[in-house]
Amino acid sequence: MFHWLEKHPFFFAVFLFLTIAFAGLVEIIPGFAQASRPIVGLEPYTILQLAGKNVYLKENCNACHSQLIRPFKSETDRYGHFSLSGEFAYDRPFTWGSKRTGPDLARVGNYRTTDWHEGHMKDPQGVVNGSIMPPYPWLFNKIADIDTAYAEALTVKLVFNTPYSPDQLPDNDLASAKRIALTEARAIVDNMKDPAVKAAYERGEVSEIVALIAYLNSRQ
Amino acid sequence: MQSSSASLSYDYSVAKLFTYTMVIFGIIGMLVGVLLAFQMAWPAFNLTGILGDYGEFVAFGRLRPLHTNGIIYGFMLSGIWAAWYYISQRVLKISFNEYPFLKALGYIHFWLYVLILALAVVTLFAGLTQNKEYIELIWPIDLLIVVLWVVWGLHMWGAIGVRREKSLYISLWYFIATFLAIAMLYITNNLQIPTIVSGYGSIFNSVSMYSGTNDGLIQWWWGHNAVAFVFTSAVIALVYYFMPKEAGAPVYSYKLSLYSFWSLMFVYLWAGGHHLIYSTVPDWMQTMGSVFSVVLILPSWGTAINFLLTLRGQWHQVTTNPIIKMLILASVFYMFSTLEGPIQSIKSVNALAHFTDWIVGHVHDGVLGWVCFSVMAATYHMVPRMYGRKLYSAKLIDIQFWIQTTGIVLYFTSMWIAGITQGLMWRAVDDYGNLLYSFISTVEALHPYYIIRGVGGALYFVGFLIFVWNVIKSITSGDKVEKEPVAATPISAN
Repeated sequence: MFHWLEKHPFFFAVFLFLTIAFAGLVEIIPGFAQASRPIVGLEPYTILQLAGKNVYLKENCNACHSQLIRPFKSETDRYGHFSLSGEFAYDRPFTWGSKRTGPDLARVGNYRTTDWHEGHMKDPQGVVNGSIMPPYPWLFNKIADIDTAYAEALTVKLVFNTPYSPDQLPDNDLASAKRIALTEARAIVDNMKDPAVKAAYERGEVSEIVALIAYLNSRQ
Repeated sequence: MQSSSASLSYDYSVAKLFTYTMVIFGIIGMLVGVLLAFQMAWPAFNLTGILGDYGEFVAFGRLRPLHTNGIIYGFMLSGIWAAWYYISQRVLKISFNEYPFLKALGYIHFWLYVLILALAVVTLFAGLTQNKEYIELIWPIDLLIVVLWVVWGLHMWGAIGVRREKSLYISLWYFIATFLAIAMLYITNNLQIPTIVSGYGSIFNSVSMYSGTNDGLIQWWWGHNAVAFVFTSAVIALVYYFMPKEAGAPVYSYKLSLYSFWSLMFVYLWAGGHHLIYSTVPDWMQTMGSVFSVVLILPSWGTAINFLLTLRGQWHQVTTNPIIKMLILASVFYMFSTLEGPIQSIKSVNALAHFTDWIVGHVHDGVLGWVCFSVMAATYHMVPRMYGRKLYSAKLIDIQFWIQTTGIVLYFTSMWIAGITQGLMWRAVDDYGNLLYSFISTVEALHPYYIIRGVGGALYFVGFLIFVWNVIKSITSGDKVEKEPVAATPISAN
């Protein structure tokens, strides 16, 4: 049979494709619908948090930080309750990461404050002696992309039925969406010291660092 | 069916072009890799102190995908395609000179590839990413990549369609596997919705069709198999051609190659689950990933043993032919790496190794030892035949070989120690069951190993520069080869 296949490339390819695809079908299809169910009480990301998540993804924070607490005592002692599938139901893409150069961030909102994050992003070694994280000064000067975060929230609501309420996500009203994001950013900006961030807020803009902290605070 | 391959004059124009991008992206990818290694040893190498806000372009997070994409898709795929445009004519007994259509496809393939590489570099520097490992590029580039893949597929099936050799040689099986598997995996994992459909925001942003656990599952089903079908099956295709050619001996066993091939194809995809052990995917899936990873030893070792036994009766060539030496080292590293991977997939070992530098070490002993050595050996074999000149210096190959081997050993030993140290420190508890170490003390403990790793990587890079120098000198000033030798590679006396 194999000699025959080697002389008939078309059938060789078909047979080969089925052989390769088989594992994927068996592993992926059975649990697919179940794994996407959110845990009770899980809220979709706010527009500000989504903007922060996009900063997190852009700077590739997950190259060094995981967001997956494994069910071992050493991990739950260090980071909190182990991760549940339903916690990630609104994560597109997932942010588990594959390497812990720094600590896990899945529940970082439970034990780090806005003030801590601000100092840490400016001067990691000043806050954590011996840290090998680089500082991120540009996050304090760049403005977060609220428009794209709004687009993303609308898209997931439209396509995947992500349950946003109208006061979280106004339809086709970018100006209102921005006002909502600014209101949410207020509490974070008030807790920060950086003058550039405060000045941006006065102009009606949200700095990237503010959005990022909103996202990190949402991890709990 | 005629078998007058001797009268064919092969066309190497496209193979040469891909050889150039292979060299260029090898240098870029490895240079960035060395910088990343030193950034982890000394964070000052992130240069934020000097560059301030512009530091974003050289910060670890931005550069890391440039390193991985540059090596996997810039360097490695170029090497694979250079070999494809070289090998396919020979094993199919055709010349692209006979078929202007195939030649044109080859050029389209190459220039589209160069365009994509350029776009990839620009967007990754800019932080435009969909942020899934080894598939970071944004959706407009993804579409171009699909076109690129189709062009390669047309070339492949076109060449197979007009072949004079009726039966497909082993290398072609593996090339076809690479083509099919990557097509399936890449498209499935890349199903995205551009958020511009809402009418707002950036045109480059998109959301994954899958969320959370499902996204993780699809990602690692793909992620592991970028390794399987770029770093493994395509490289096996190369070695199955160049090992017997270089040794002047036939492949040891046809049956072994047959069994290894079909079992590798069947088993490989199951193993993706081993990236998700102790995650939130269902337990049975984690177990499947673990078990099939161990099973994977069989086809992998079958292939490697087939390579090594091809040299039976030819072992004396190890001392005279440095290319054979490189291929042997590559095969041994393949065995070594495909034993290490399954060990890391055992649940109890994975609990220790996952998230640590041991994984980084594993990837690199495979990539540096197996993949890159195979590609360099292939290039050393092809260059004299493509350019009609002898290799510039056998001695330089030997020097390069030892420098790089030293580099690899420093790399994986330091990363093993670092990873296991880290894993053990994370879980260490005192007599009362409290955690013994703060996270930062586990980071500080790794400092010496990060320095050793940086040195190892730098050595490997130096060796690669020697390789590049040797290739350039061979092309420009090697002695002319009058007639292509049947077995061993022509090497100049100096």
